[in-house]
Amino acid sequence: MGSRASSLLREEDIEEIKKETGFSHSQITRLYSRFHSLDKGENGALSREDFQRIPELAINPLGDRIINAFFPEGEDQVNFRGFMRTLAHFRPVEDNEKNKVLTPGEPLNSRTNKLLFAFRLYDLDRDDKISRDELLQVLRMMVGVNISDEQLGSIADRTIQEADTNGDMCISFNEFTKVLEKVDVEQKMSIRFLH
Amino acid sequence: MRRGGAEPEFDMSDIFNFCRRGVESIVDDEVTKRFTAEELESWNLLTRSNYNFHHISTRLTALWGVGVLIRYGFLLPLRVTLAFTGVGLLVVQSSIVGLFPNGRMKNYLSDKVHLMCYRICVRALTAIITYHDSENKPKNGGICVANHTSPIDVIILASDGCYAMVGQVHGGLMGVIQRAMVKACPHIWFERSEVKDRHLVAKRLSDHVADKSKLPILIFPEGTCINNTSVMMFKKGSFEIGCTVYPVAIKYDPRFGDAFWNSSKFGMVNYLLHMMSSWAIVCSVWYLPPMSRMEGEDAVQFANRVKAAIARKGGLADLLWDGGLKRGKVKEVFKEEQQKLYSKVLVGSSEDRSRS
Repeated sequence: MGSRASSLLREEDIEEIKKETGFSHSQITRLYSRFHSLDKGENGALSREDFQRIPELAINPLGDRIINAFFPEGEDQVNFRGFMRTLAHFRPVEDNEKNKVLTPGEPLNSRTNKLLFAFRLYDLDRDDKISRDELLQVLRMMVGVNISDEQLGSIADRTIQEADTNGDMCISFNEFTKVLEKVDVEQKMSIRFLH
Repeated sequence: MRRGGAEPEFDMSDIFNFCRRGVESIVDDEVTKRFTAEELESWNLLTRSNYNFHHISTRLTALWGVGVLIRYGFLLPLRVTLAFTGVGLLVVQSSIVGLFPNGRMKNYLSDKVHLMCYRICVRALTAIITYHDSENKPKNGGICVANHTSPIDVIILASDGCYAMVGQVHGGLMGVIQRAMVKACPHIWFERSEVKDRHLVAKRLSDHVADKSKLPILIFPEGTCINNTSVMMFKKGSFEIGCTVYPVAIKYDPRFGDAFWNSSKFGMVNYLLHMMSSWAIVCSVWYLPPMSRMEGEDAVQFANRVKAAIARKGGLADLLWDGGLKRGKVKEVFKEEQQKLYSKVLVGSSEDRSRS
């Protein structure tokens, strides 16, 4: 008795996660239950296979990239803290958000951090630039076999042309931000977390 | 305002949609939660339904202790005895009935024997069943389909009517029971090797159904146990045969004992012990009006129509996902569909032009 999910999560951990991510106490325990139910190996960490077992994620064309975003560089296990940290990017931005975040810097769900999450989905080699190849890769993932190489190539070229301001044929994070400045990023990159 | 030109319109923010949907499915998805027991809103004094353990009060723990004593000390031995009696009688009596020559007397006795033994088994589980709309009960020459939550579904339905069972031949005790049952009246047991041969399966089912003196066949088209909060994809095999289908919806009330069999977590014996040490198994059975395949409807559409009717009646979510996802991977073709959809959005404008 008592070996169930939330008894493995200590109050101090919950408090720390609350400060770091801004989630409420009940949201954290609920997400911990979810984490636990995905963790088939019951070793306190999720592997890529655990994510791929979710059918709706497995059929998402960008599923693999999204899963990748959870795993720190070179690792293939993510613990609950890491899981929450990544999910925090998608927390909605409340209008009257009093900054409960005591860690210095922006909250994880700021507009900039949301854009950074998306940028990193494109920028596979983490060199802070989206090259033509990287753009093509993501495009290919999204369209499958339904669009020809030439068409895809011209889409990529046009996109880079429109975004690239310093002429290096790559899209930097600043150029990325500029292109999307009219887009409501806060709304498109947020999901509802139940209380 | 028309987005001009033959050029596909790609926006770097197009990935936001995929991102959001992906992360939404990580936080909660429709499928994986169907393969574990339903969470209760308030505790029913069974440890196994306890998800968020924390000590509330000594009184509650004491109550729980008393509950354990009653359930394991009194209810369980009583039920186990009943179960053994029920199964034993089934084997012995159906063998005896098997000695009779084929004919009305034999059928009559076989029905009585089966019903009696199933009813004893129902008592052995303390299953409290409410049958609705019994005027729609399945008749000979048809197929009865129901949503599947546990092996107990069979006992629940068969204690109210006589069915021909379908299943694989087992060894051991199950095998003994199967062989005894088939002496009294025709059931459809398949050898392991025959199960793969879809034509053979379909033929045997059609032959059985064509013989109006044989009992209606009982089939669970989901193919696996689901946790009774949803109905998942129906396999089309039973819907291709072309006879009347009698849908049945079974809904368990999880507050007195959860009937769902999580076969990846618990073996059969463990599961039966859980069942017999719960408070009770409470469920409702609805007999829906018979359905037949309509003109121009193929087997898959028919199956979905029946599934929707069952889901609606039982108050369950109607899902298109395959119950096979409990153990297997989702097929690539679904991802390809997503990709096709997005491609259409991307080059939508040029497609319209090429059509005109």
